[in-house]
Amino acid sequence: MADKLLELLQQIVNGLSQGAIYALIALGYTMVFGVLRFINFAHGDVYMLGAFVGFYLGPKALRLFSEGPSYPGAALVLLLAMALCAIIGIVIERLCYRPLRERPKLTVLITAIGVSLFLENAGQYVFGADPKSFPEVITDRALEIPESWGKISGLTITVSQVLVFGVTLFLMFGLSHIVRKTKLGMAMRALSFNPVAAQLMGINVDVVISFTFGLGSALAGAAGILTSIQQPSIDPLMGVNAGLKAFVAAVLGGIGNLQGAALGGLLIGLVEALVVGYVNPTYRDPIVFGVLILILLFKPTGLLGASEREKV
Amino acid sequence: MAARSKLYLILAVVAAAIASHVLSGGAAPEIPALNAYYYDVLIGIGINIILAVGLNLVNGYTGQFSLGHAGFMAAGAYASSWLTLSYGYALGSSGFATTTIFLLALLMGGGIAALAGLIVGVPSLRLKGDYLAIVTLGFNEIIKGVIQNCDALGAQRGLGGMVQHTTFFWTFALAAVTVYVVVSLVNSTYGRGFLAVRDDEIAAEAMGINTTKYKVLAFVLGAFFAGIAGGLYAHFKQFIHPEGFNFMKSVDVVVMVILGGMGSTAGVCVAAVLLTILPELLRYVSRIEALPEWLRHIAENRMIIYSLLLIILMLTRPQGLFGAVNLRKKKA
Repeated sequence: MADKLLELLQQIVNGLSQGAIYALIALGYTMVFGVLRFINFAHGDVYMLGAFVGFYLGPKALRLFSEGPSYPGAALVLLLAMALCAIIGIVIERLCYRPLRERPKLTVLITAIGVSLFLENAGQYVFGADPKSFPEVITDRALEIPESWGKISGLTITVSQVLVFGVTLFLMFGLSHIVRKTKLGMAMRALSFNPVAAQLMGINVDVVISFTFGLGSALAGAAGILTSIQQPSIDPLMGVNAGLKAFVAAVLGGIGNLQGAALGGLLIGLVEALVVGYVNPTYRDPIVFGVLILILLFKPTGLLGASEREKV
Repeated sequence: MAARSKLYLILAVVAAAIASHVLSGGAAPEIPALNAYYYDVLIGIGINIILAVGLNLVNGYTGQFSLGHAGFMAAGAYASSWLTLSYGYALGSSGFATTTIFLLALLMGGGIAALAGLIVGVPSLRLKGDYLAIVTLGFNEIIKGVIQNCDALGAQRGLGGMVQHTTFFWTFALAAVTVYVVVSLVNSTYGRGFLAVRDDEIAAEAMGINTTKYKVLAFVLGAFFAGIAGGLYAHFKQFIHPEGFNFMKSVDVVVMVILGGMGSTAGVCVAAVLLTILPELLRYVSRIEALPEWLRHIAENRMIIYSLLLIILMLTRPQGLFGAVNLRKKKA
């Protein structure tokens, strides 16, 4: 009986560390949706680019500190990936979405799908389609849980899992601070609340939207690095599935709602881990999409989202 | 109008029959039958026309956005293959008997796909735009997932052993029927409802149009044709695999509809032809040794070109290549 409980706990630990990644990506979806009311399909691919930034610059960054894996090196890799992804996100918005801002939503949606496909396929062309192994930026090992904690000592919790979870929490609090306490954050909230009124109050919409894209893409880049620390095999199509799952997470939590995205990400991670552990790994994706469809059917605003009435 | 389009339909079917006869070398044995490669591309064109024209009813005329067309195609391909594999010789082994079974199988494939379309259509009542795109994509994954887990359908191994029933005649005759049905439907009084839903859903509803019914009908019909296309595909390639009906296949069809111009059946047919030939041309280009290496590499990866095409098209000409031209002139 206790073994079963232990197994359940193990699945929950695994699910939460995967869910943290989904939550980071989902935040980007939700923020962009908040200010622009559209889903940035290319977001998952920015996450992939984050992982590849780490792949190419990681060894160089690590060498600045010591020969092997080190925490300052890992932090530098993370920051580099976040910065570069922020730039990529801003450039994508500037080139592809800004010219279409007044056009029908469908046009922007199709463009976003185009950008996503372009990044995936250009990625295959530039990086090669075969999986690459991510450099070891930290030494991963299982944490030792003292025997005195009883049965729980049988759990396997790795350093990377703790790190992923911790960094994710830190980034989320940082984001929450930016959105609540800074002027740009206030402008973001104003824009999401009422774009026309925000503009009338003198908010520079272009700047705020660029900032939102930068922020969301930086989080996706961080997620790319964190996921590669856990599972060091990366490839140009890794963003497709993760992006879709994170999108499901954003919808589950209520799109446009930051806490919702975080909650949704963790829940999706948990659902996945439990399906893999107790049902059948091949049912993982269908069940996650099934959750999405059920949510949209019965509570389209998501768990924490506010409903929005359409005005004629 | 109706009489004329019926005439076109009959002409198209007769043309398909004659072409089929010529291609098989029956009428003029001195003309060598087309080589297998060109034949393959031709059948591909016919199947893509059925897929794209069907999807155009959903994405173009009704203004919804489905990203899961390959899922319906998979449903049709597997359902029809199951029937011909299980009951292929139930009526005997004569040509007539097996063709009857084949047509029944196509019909059943279309029917099962239509049922799937009904299931997808129901959430579409509440969702639009981005959400709908994701839900249809999700359904595509779910259909794929169910097949991958169904041992009777070959699961991850794929399903093979179908007899090659699909001929040039059946492909293009059915493509002509698809075009005929969609064009006459959209141009009928009843079918104007599709356009009304697209142009302004709230206004349409206020005018007493049952928008729900039209949206579901569009999904069901689009899925039905995708199912038929799937059946034709399965009985041409004689082997199907769940991964062949993934998101990328759906994107292929969506690109055809967008390139052709959403809501223009003629444009979509042209786009289907172009985009079926394009990968073959690119393959040819990638073999020309005089070209620089990087260009040949890009030509090998058609999706880079597709995606750039999508972005540039949306930025410069969102109505598609033929969006302004329609099959018939506008009445004054």
